[in-house]
Amino acid sequence: MTDPADLIVVGAGPAGLAAAATALAGGLRVVLLDSGTALGGQYWRHPPEHARAAVPTDDLHHGLDRYRALCKALAQHRTSGRLDLRLEHHVWSAVRDGDGFAVHAVDRHEAPRETAVVVRAPRLLVATGAYDRQLPFPGWDLPGVLTIGGLQALLKGGGVAAGSRVALGGTGPFLLPVAAGLAARGVEVVEVCEAAHPRAWLRHPGPLLRNPGKWAEGAGYAAALVRHRVPLRPRAAIVAAEGGERVTAVRIASLAPDGSPRPGTERRVEVDAVGVGWGFAPQLDLLVPLGCALTDGVDGNAVVAVDEGMRTTVPGLYTAGETCGVGGAALAVNEGRLAAASVLADSRATRVPADKHLAALRSAVARQRAFARAMALAHPLPPAWSSWLTDETVVCRCEEVTAGAIRSARADGAHDHRQVKQLTRAGMGWCQGRMCGPAVHCLTARRGAYEPAERLVATPVTLGALADLDEAPAGTTCTADTACTAVTACTAGTTGTVCTQASTDNGETDKECS
Amino acid sequence: MTRKVVVVGAGVVGAACAFHAASAGLDVTVTDRGPVGAGTTSRGEGNVLLSDKEPGPELALARLSRTLWDEAGQELGPDTLELEAKGGLVVASGAENLAALQEFAARQEAAGVRVERVDRVRDLEPHLAPDIPGGVHYPQDAQVQPVLAAAALLRAALRRGARFHPGEVAGAVTGRDGRVTGVRTAAGDVLPADAVVNAAGTWGGEVGRRLGAPVEVLPRRGFVLVTEPLPPMVRHKVYSADYVANVASSDAGLETSCVVEGTRGGTVLIGASRERVGFDTTMNTAVVARLAAQACRLFPFLRGVHLMRAYRGFRPYCPDHLPVVGPDPRVPGVVHACGHEGAGVGLAPATGALVTAHLLGRPWRGADPAAHTGLLPDRFLTPGGVPQ
Repeated sequence: MTDPADLIVVGAGPAGLAAAATALAGGLRVVLLDSGTALGGQYWRHPPEHARAAVPTDDLHHGLDRYRALCKALAQHRTSGRLDLRLEHHVWSAVRDGDGFAVHAVDRHEAPRETAVVVRAPRLLVATGAYDRQLPFPGWDLPGVLTIGGLQALLKGGGVAAGSRVALGGTGPFLLPVAAGLAARGVEVVEVCEAAHPRAWLRHPGPLLRNPGKWAEGAGYAAALVRHRVPLRPRAAIVAAEGGERVTAVRIASLAPDGSPRPGTERRVEVDAVGVGWGFAPQLDLLVPLGCALTDGVDGNAVVAVDEGMRTTVPGLYTAGETCGVGGAALAVNEGRLAAASVLADSRATRVPADKHLAALRSAVARQRAFARAMALAHPLPPAWSSWLTDETVVCRCEEVTAGAIRSARADGAHDHRQVKQLTRAGMGWCQGRMCGPAVHCLTARRGAYEPAERLVATPVTLGALADLDEAPAGTTCTADTACTAVTACTAGTTGTVCTQASTDNGETDKECS
Repeated sequence: MTRKVVVVGAGVVGAACAFHAASAGLDVTVTDRGPVGAGTTSRGEGNVLLSDKEPGPELALARLSRTLWDEAGQELGPDTLELEAKGGLVVASGAENLAALQEFAARQEAAGVRVERVDRVRDLEPHLAPDIPGGVHYPQDAQVQPVLAAAALLRAALRRGARFHPGEVAGAVTGRDGRVTGVRTAAGDVLPADAVVNAAGTWGGEVGRRLGAPVEVLPRRGFVLVTEPLPPMVRHKVYSADYVANVASSDAGLETSCVVEGTRGGTVLIGASRERVGFDTTMNTAVVARLAAQACRLFPFLRGVHLMRAYRGFRPYCPDHLPVVGPDPRVPGVVHACGHEGAGVGLAPATGALVTAHLLGRPWRGADPAAHTGLLPDRFLTPGGVPQ
């Protein structure tokens, strides 16, 4: 492929894979970038190629046929040269570049060597998914307390169970596949605490009835939990974790309707690992600096505003999947296809999906979106969750900022998480507020959706790689055969500084039942 | 006699004006459309520098300000400001550059700045590149955390009787003699005032216009890079001598000359690109790459260090790159305190003291209006009272 690309897709999860496949089928040249070592994103996370045979994970997955079909389609286009696939490419910025876009990444496939890469195309589709939303509680910063997405990523990516006696807590259907997956690997799942009550679903029967597949999926996980004797406790939460060097026990309380612990119901349960997840936060880091409009999602997160063809308010910029509202993999696949269909139409491609096909896609997306809304309404953050916190509870783990410090910043007039950051450093550390941002928002603003702070650098990148970019010739367009504007930096440093690869998966994510 | 003062702007300059005016017993109301320190204040490195200023009106203000930051630290507690007298180290990139730097430093010394020639820069900064021929150490250079400092100054002003009124200024209310009698907000409130201080920073041009006293204040975009937290590696504010040329430059294009320094949080800040692109908020990856390259040339160990975040802000500058501080002759009662470009944090306390002195009609805390006439808005006005 020596012609320039027509489309850049960032993210090779369900939405990005589907989008790339549809765009390629329509005759476009596509660059697909992902930070992972394999296609699939978090949902279809797999062990690296060389370890697949040794680590069977098929039983942990849902919809693998679709995954394999998408991978096969992409492989064909890779052979024909229309697809430029760039795995282990960490995108740190996407900017306007003339009439199109320039996407800046670092290639880490020879880590710790890091090579700056720039790809350019007239259109950009961002499918960066979401990550676990966390709420702090006393002891949540102990080793052994993980996100449920993190537990799932360890299982799917390497067959690793993070503990032998695990308690799970939070809210949302994603708790179920994680519990089922752990149980299937011999882990004793001592309790699954779901803060919501299942009755909440009955308030929105329409979307439930119109999405029977979701029912069946949920029922399958429920049966698995019964089989493994995993107790599922509605209206309960893990309100504290205890331990010295690592977690040894959790405290579980029944919740009043407002989410506050019912006095006298607290129980102590011994565990060696904990998984917590309160839904997901969309990963908007590449989208916000490009200036696309956001809108309030029903789950308390700001999401990207899109038209019915998944176009953002920035011309040439599309998004699909969790970035426009958390709704699960099946919806993400359909949105990816829809977004790519819009790219095809907007670039006046010759092979555009038939109107009938598009109408069917749109109707499926509408039905699945309705389900996602019902799910978000049935699994809200408990309004009184902050009653679990003491003043000493650490909220921002990177900078060790306590709930007390955040409360006093609020008393000083800080009325959003950005102000709190300036006054307390909450959100200024390694994760840049990805972990604590939603919680700090709840503790200060209490109204409106959580809109993440603008992050001009979407993932940490070495100054050496950037410096080499400065000295590289500019303006090269990326093709499959030539390593476009690629320059290499030895990140081992020249004065002996030991360099480790940046962990960009601070909130490892996975979603199944959702 | 001025009694009631409305300060427009709760950035570090507005907070310092409120602090000094309230300390002098004036009745102060601070108004801002956003929270304290949310504009350019939150987008800077917190520089309190003498080293980058050439002898003249700005250096005179900076020297006073340096003293007043120390006094504020003593009054409010140095930790509330994260005030750190770490000193500056300006390094030359070559022999010719070194000679120019030393000549510049000699003139600063004659104007009262403490300067120390350094031949072996690695004695002060062991991780500097080995080929740097020399530099100048400025022990008075210091740093504050700007938002904390602004918040501390504003809190102290409130303790001394000042009020905070959230809102956006819509215009001035004037009496029959043309004198200001109040400020009208966009919400329709009127805040009574004998004087209005325009401390709106980058938006000072617009606020001045709304008050009937336009001044030309323009935005100059700057990016700052922040690394991952490290053990202490950079002890001073270290920058190349090119920075001095850039600060005073009027070039429209991109200028970068990096300033590298460590912070209490362990991160290393790499600052100071300057672009005249209006209020364009878009990311400029070329600027970020250039700053990274310059920083790595000064400190080679940085090549293996991760950039964690970048932020950008808009520095307010006047056409002659000097702040505008003092009463506006066109609308009696309007006092400007804006246009500090990249030096607003450093110059804030002296600006607050000077504004207070203008309001009182007598010197205040070492600020004598007669000694700072070079900053008056008159310099932009033709005899007819119209901006040139």
